[in-house]
Amino acid sequence: MLRLPPFSYHRPATLDEAVSLLGEHAGDVLPVAGGTDLIPNMKHRLFEPGHLVALRGIAELSGIRRENGCLRIGAAETLASVARDADVKKHVPSLADAAAHVAGPQIRNAATLGGNLCLETRCTYYNQTAFWRGALGYCLKKDGTVCHVTKVGKKCVAAHSADTPPVLMTLDAVAVLEGPRGRREIPVRDFFVADGIANTRRETGEIVIEVRIPLESSSRRAAYAKLRQRNAIDFPLLTVAVSVDLEDDGSTVRSITGVVTALGSRPRELSGWGEVAEGHALDEDVVWELAERAYKQCHPLENIIVDPDWRRAMVPVYVRRALEKLRA
Amino acid sequence: MPPATEIVTLMVNGDRREVGVPGHYTLLEALRYGLGLTGSKQGCDKGDCGACTVLMDGEPTLSCITPIREADGRRIVTVEGLGTARGPHPLQDEFDLHGAAQCGFCTPGILCSAAALLARSTNPSREEIREALSGNLCRCTGYTKIYEAVEAAAARMRDNG
Ligand SMILES: Cc1cc2nc3c(=O)[nH]c(=O)nc-3n(C[C@H](O)[C@H](O)[C@H](O)COP(=O)(O)OP(=O)(O)OC[C@H]3O[C@@H](n4cnc5c(N)ncnc54)[C@H](O)[C@@H]3O)c2cc1C
Ligand code: SF4
Ligand code: FES
Ligand code: FES
Repeated sequence: MLRLPPFSYHRPATLDEAVSLLGEHAGDVLPVAGGTDLIPNMKHRLFEPGHLVALRGIAELSGIRRENGCLRIGAAETLASVARDADVKKHVPSLADAAAHVAGPQIRNAATLGGNLCLETRCTYYNQTAFWRGALGYCLKKDGTVCHVTKVGKKCVAAHSADTPPVLMTLDAVAVLEGPRGRREIPVRDFFVADGIANTRRETGEIVIEVRIPLESSSRRAAYAKLRQRNAIDFPLLTVAVSVDLEDDGSTVRSITGVVTALGSRPRELSGWGEVAEGHALDEDVVWELAERAYKQCHPLENIIVDPDWRRAMVPVYVRRALEKLRA
Repeated sequence: MPPATEIVTLMVNGDRREVGVPGHYTLLEALRYGLGLTGSKQGCDKGDCGACTVLMDGEPTLSCITPIREADGRRIVTVEGLGTARGPHPLQDEFDLHGAAQCGFCTPGILCSAAALLARSTNPSREEIREALSGNLCRCTGYTKIYEAVEAAAARMRDNG
């Protein structure tokens, strides 16, 4: 039995109300959307806010619609509705695919896209009960002073473990945030920082209200591949998202992007891909060379319980699988 | 200071019930310790196993990570509400006939996930059944008998129109 610590639960009806509740209780409050990440973390005493501000039920955070050449997805839309939405499936199928592969069906019914963007980083030594963590003297992300992964470092390297952000990055998506100082937009590409303790640029009191995806011409193709132990429920051990824009001939690569995650504290955009693929067809040689480059750049740590050498060996395999989906 | 008690209204298994529970209770705790409905199981208690699955407005929901206030005023169906002693749900009959419950700990959650599937379609493919039950862990059966029981229940529901 895992008990929650006590808190007051607020259910604001509007975004303004939510922002002012977050301001009013600053320092002792967190927003909660589907709660599928935060509630287990609170049960583990990783967070003990005196107040929770519920985001489900705020009209401004809901809805999936096409507008001005963009697909706009409200932050409180569930992953289940993202996965089955006709526009998402038609225009950005790799996002529907990623959403459909998060956790299991019950979790997707509650989990939101905004919560997926703001998911806490994860680590073998962190996602444990207070009793378990205490037996090891805690760690520097929470209540302690050492990192059990790097042993020496003063920096937390807990793993970014969310499935949709890499896909959103390859689709040039923008996150829209509302906070005490007004509204701002951050490209999802720039949303994450390499810090396992606070790995996003979201400021305290800010709420992600929507994600906007530009609808490119039909020459863009994108795909996603995920490694996990079981085909349901499990967090990713590795997630790969790729997208490619083709020239008018329908086969020559104009530009290409690849993002991997579940390795370090933020999703990693793969470098050196343009020089390999641009101006060429995405043939088998090019695919293998891109996979090789990905392998060289990825150095997973023991932040997830599964063997880092094996996870590294799987990087080129899953990069190839994602690229093969583009070729199909 | 002891946490404040809140009165929450749940439409549980067709009855309107008011329950006074601490405000930081989960839906599962309110069902089990507030209303005595112990059919929904407290397994991992953190969203991993599906033993606590109930239907909230018809959707399979993990009650162990649902804050009680999110269930206020909502329609909840637990395993106790799927059928009656005289008229069990076809799933319950078929689970019995197929030996689809061994230790039985996962069964209430699996029945709820399967009931939601059959409410959508009484002609699901094996793949759709696997997908619908993929968030429910069973350590005993190996799932085959469960899938067969769901298929048999679906066939019976089709026959009964
Ligand atoms: C068994 C299990 C398996 C899982 N598997 C996966 C998986 O395979 N892939 C995956 O990506 N995730 C997985 N998850 C994690 C989680 O379910 C998802 O990431 C989900 O999308 C989180 O969304 P939520 O709405 O439930 O977030 P919440 O738990 O409500 O919130 C998560 C964090 O984000 C903050 N937050 C939420 N919404 C907003 C917002 N709009 N603005 C600002 N801050 C916000 C909260 O304060 C909290 O810190 C799994 C969880 C469990 C329990
Ligand atoms: S990476 Fe190190 S500091 Fe961060 S959660 Fe894991 S053990 Fe703690
Ligand atoms: S008890 Fe709720 S998912 Fe395990
Ligand atoms: S019957 Fe024992 S866990 Fe499923």
